[in-house]
Amino acid sequence: MFSVLSLFFAMQLGAASQEGHEKHNDAQHEMTPSTESTEHSTESHESEGFNPGTMIIEHVSDSHDWHLWGEGDHAVSIPLPVIIYTESKGVILFSSSNFHHGHASYEGFKLNHEGQIEWEDESNKEVLYDLSITKNVAAMFIGAILLILMVTSMAKHYAKNQGKAPKGFYNLLEPLVVFLSDDVIKPNIGPKANRFMPFLLTIFFFIFTLNLTGQIPFFPGGANVTGNIAVTMVLALFVFVTVTFSGNKYYWKHIFMPDVPVWMYIIIIPIEVLGVVLKPLVLMLRLFANITAGHIIILGFFSLIFIFGAMSPTLGYAVSPLSVAFTVFMSLLELLVAFLQAYVFTLLSAIYVGMAVEEHH
Amino acid sequence: MSLMNTLLQATDLAAAYSKMGAAIGAGLAAIGAGIGIGRIGGSAMESIARQPESLGDIRANMIVAAALVEGAVFFAIVVCLLILFL
Repeated sequence: MFSVLSLFFAMQLGAASQEGHEKHNDAQHEMTPSTESTEHSTESHESEGFNPGTMIIEHVSDSHDWHLWGEGDHAVSIPLPVIIYTESKGVILFSSSNFHHGHASYEGFKLNHEGQIEWEDESNKEVLYDLSITKNVAAMFIGAILLILMVTSMAKHYAKNQGKAPKGFYNLLEPLVVFLSDDVIKPNIGPKANRFMPFLLTIFFFIFTLNLTGQIPFFPGGANVTGNIAVTMVLALFVFVTVTFSGNKYYWKHIFMPDVPVWMYIIIIPIEVLGVVLKPLVLMLRLFANITAGHIIILGFFSLIFIFGAMSPTLGYAVSPLSVAFTVFMSLLELLVAFLQAYVFTLLSAIYVGMAVEEHH
Repeated sequence: MSLMNTLLQATDLAAAYSKMGAAIGAGLAAIGAGIGIGRIGGSAMESIARQPESLGDIRANMIVAAALVEGAVFFAIVVCLLILFL
């Protein structure tokens, strides 16, 4: 236990020291006056150089390259492919290194301040479909490959060793799968549970894996995928489509002709109809907010070191042990949240599907 | 007339006041989370004390209820974050 904690400490210290080095270099480079740096210095609430708001937003949002280490001109990052579709130019594919971290434009496109792709010519209003492989997409691919390897090898192992207890990694996954199957999915859906078992188990393991890899501070982890509202929106959309298309007539009867006195229909039916859309929406928001808030809190604790360090180096060193201790504690809590949010998403999806396929009693 | 003047002065500081509002909102949301989850935990403790053999069931339901309450709290947090960053 202690060795795990000390490893955690060492990792966080390593990550923190990387950030610190580059921020100090950045402060020296930004001495030349320009409108952008004065804007930053009036927005940041301490001396020039370190802006915690920008750093935190950069870390929890998507980008067109996978930043490994370094800052500004010395940044080392993996450039990811940019795929754009427009009516006039068709499908265009190039590497995001052509944008030179937002300083250059390429083939009529440029990166704006939020890291999104725009037309270089501001007056061009043509619709631009950005289908690039961004950091989150690449992280999802990595998570998907991990999952496919894990699950297919587990299935092969179980097919070969019928009736025998599993060893090693499968021994770790089995109680998880059995717990979900017996305590979460089957009690809530009832006799038709096997139809929805693959979908719900996939949702759980997908969210759990992405949450966990998002907590690892370095490549190939560290991408805030489930904290991207588009990702959680699609997951919630899957649940909505599943529930809507497997709803039997009792489900729709409960919504549009519930078992209440007729004069209450005018109140109950709007609430029920709203509920059909609201329940997946809340699923989406819950997962997004929990994971993003966790990342922001951890990054905020890190930033404390540099905010104090900008005031005086001694203060920075003094705050460091406290800050690292808080960060380790919050990271451990985030591990619990990673599992819990995946579990709650799956549980609520199972409950909604159960309500959709419930037979009349 | 003085009310108009006060309101007009407020528009100069609108950005600052909106950020203060967001901060107060986030604090209130945290209070709501604390009260809600504290009550859930408290009644879970009491039920476990009354019937220790139902520990597993109570623990599972407590966590589910806490996650649902937290969902409501995160609505408020997200709104406050939107005020700060939009």
